[in-house]
Amino acid sequence: MAYGGTVMSGGVGAEFILGPADDTGTVHLSGALTIRTVTQARNQLLALDRTTFRRIDLSSVTRLDTAGAWALLMLKADGTNAEIAFVGASAEAQSLLSSVEQALPKPEAPPALDGSFSAWLGRFGQRVFSGLMFLRALTGYLGIFLHRLARALRHPSEFKLTSLVHHCEEVGLKAVPIVALMAFLIGVVLAFQGSTQLRQFGAEVFVVDLIAISVLRELGILLTAIIVAGRTASAFTAAIGSMKMREEIDAMRTLGLDPGMNLFVPRILALFIMLPILGLIANLAGLFGGALMAWIDLGISPAMFTTRLVEGTAVSHVFVGLVKAPVFALIIGVVGCHAGMQVQSNAESLGRMTSNAVVTAIFAVIVADAVFSIFFARIGI
Amino acid sequence: MSEREVVIKLRGIRNQFGRQVVHEDLDLDVYRGEILGVVGGSGTGKSVLLRTIAGLQRPAAGSVDVLGTDVLNADEDTRQKLESRWGVMFQDGALFSSLTVRENVEVPMRAIPGLDPQIRADLADLKISMVGLQYLAGDKYPSELSGGMRKRAGLARALALDPDIVFLDEPTAGLDPIGASAFDQLIRGLSHSLGLTVFLVTHDLDTLHATCDRIAVLAERKVLVTGSMADMLKVDHPWVHEYFHGPRARAAVPDGAAKTGQKGD
Ligand SMILES: Nc1ncnc2c1ncn2[C@@H]1O[C@H](COP(=O)(O)OP(=O)(O)OP(=O)(O)O)[C@@H](O)[C@H]1O
Ligand SMILES: [Mg+2]
Repeated sequence: MAYGGTVMSGGVGAEFILGPADDTGTVHLSGALTIRTVTQARNQLLALDRTTFRRIDLSSVTRLDTAGAWALLMLKADGTNAEIAFVGASAEAQSLLSSVEQALPKPEAPPALDGSFSAWLGRFGQRVFSGLMFLRALTGYLGIFLHRLARALRHPSEFKLTSLVHHCEEVGLKAVPIVALMAFLIGVVLAFQGSTQLRQFGAEVFVVDLIAISVLRELGILLTAIIVAGRTASAFTAAIGSMKMREEIDAMRTLGLDPGMNLFVPRILALFIMLPILGLIANLAGLFGGALMAWIDLGISPAMFTTRLVEGTAVSHVFVGLVKAPVFALIIGVVGCHAGMQVQSNAESLGRMTSNAVVTAIFAVIVADAVFSIFFARIGI
Repeated sequence: MSEREVVIKLRGIRNQFGRQVVHEDLDLDVYRGEILGVVGGSGTGKSVLLRTIAGLQRPAAGSVDVLGTDVLNADEDTRQKLESRWGVMFQDGALFSSLTVRENVEVPMRAIPGLDPQIRADLADLKISMVGLQYLAGDKYPSELSGGMRKRAGLARALALDPDIVFLDEPTAGLDPIGASAFDQLIRGLSHSLGLTVFLVTHDLDTLHATCDRIAVLAERKVLVTGSMADMLKVDHPWVHEYFHGPRARAAVPDGAAKTGQKGD
């Protein structure tokens, strides 16, 4: 019943043979004309001198599949031999040929990529524009957060306290070990590197200032923010994104639950509260690591370290460091939530947006830190 | 239609998960060129049966013979050859989400040695067009398609190598009635022009009525009855009776219009 059923056992072995055109302008094909032989068949058919034949004899073709039918029909379709006829085809082959002919795709050319300078400029402009739109979208999410927060102040019953506490634990408490360890090691490294350099000038004791200023002012909070960006921005994106993927967010909306109030506010607010605390912990751990190393390596006793720290380091350094924390928290939270909402209905985009969120959050934190540095340098703190 | 070639032969199949026995001593024959509809209540093991034949699930007992090959005891090479002679369309298409539709259809073709990449892409376009998708759908990713389009794309991939047999798991579930009946037409048309044998699992009475030559009812852990729509109407097993005489059935199978179970050629 099925065409080719009887010769299937021929399989790969069945070769395709194409004879030259005879006097009557007929080309004889024999063997299997299938997807396994189609490359060879198509090349041979194209190599034939188109003017010498008008008919193709299929009577000794043992097996024909859609690929073979396609190769034959393409002779007609590309125009040069439009009036070619296929003869000797069995009824099944004929029916296959006609269904393939009906189905031959009619290519619609996709818009070609214009290589000219103006087109390049256009694409460049589009990139810049989409970058600006991204910033606008982020600002929009910040706005949603602030608006819902203000609303929560007026209607405290809508506020999700349990959720806030849960997220405080997730983003704050659970991050303490890694943040403290990281800051401790930074303190150790600074003390060690500083001591080898400063010893050359006999100014070992300044290692305290070095550690204090760099940890309190910059490194403590910046590295904490980077770790939190990696940990938390990705977690926000993954959590919100997988809800988006399964249409849970749409379901929430239809049930009258606002995603901003229920998802964004507890998360971003938790970060806002916890990041300064984490920064403080990082500062303490960093100083502790530095003091320990200074004691071991330079013999600066903890008491001496403390005295020097209190005398030589202005409190403004701590202030300059910690005032950045809430801003970093907002950046990380907003980037994470925004990326989560951009997830589409496939798992791939979830993965892509999660790693995007981390990269964007870290980048944005560093840019913000640079802006802060310039600002504080200008106002002279 | 006298001596019909049997392409799928199941004997004494037993499938079980833990202590739950899904199939017990199940026999089934599928003939070349026919469209066999498999029906049964939810959880009666239709999908498991399909997976068993396609070699995705090893039965606890029994033999599976497809196109003259003993699937369960075949060596790697024979199995691979056999796999290129059947195509499976999974319920939601099961397309690879990181590939475009065209690339999805090309995946099975990559196994063909010496197939020119340009020809491969053209053939994929042909298959995409044969299942009734628009040309530009080839460049889309599965997530950008509707459910019905995904099913068509899944069918295009199943047909990529011109298989002898295609397995379809609920091809029309979740399609609108117009889309579903277009899909029925498509399956019938393709099976006719490509000489396909179709193993079709469905809950859709309209599909059964419009496409299937023969129906197999799965109940009580085995194939209870097989036969044409007309035969089904005469069976007096309670479930089968309920199924083919229920209110939905009456709408799908107008009186006297029961098919006789023969295909055109
Ligand atoms: N991997 C598995 N592990 C355990 N049990 C399974 C597994 N796959 C299927 N089953 C069980 O086998 C039975 C048959 O499942 P199957 O998916 O074949 O049903 P079905 O007839 O296709 O139903 P539906 O019409 O709902 O798709 C079910 O009871 C199911 O719980
Ligand atoms: Mg199923």
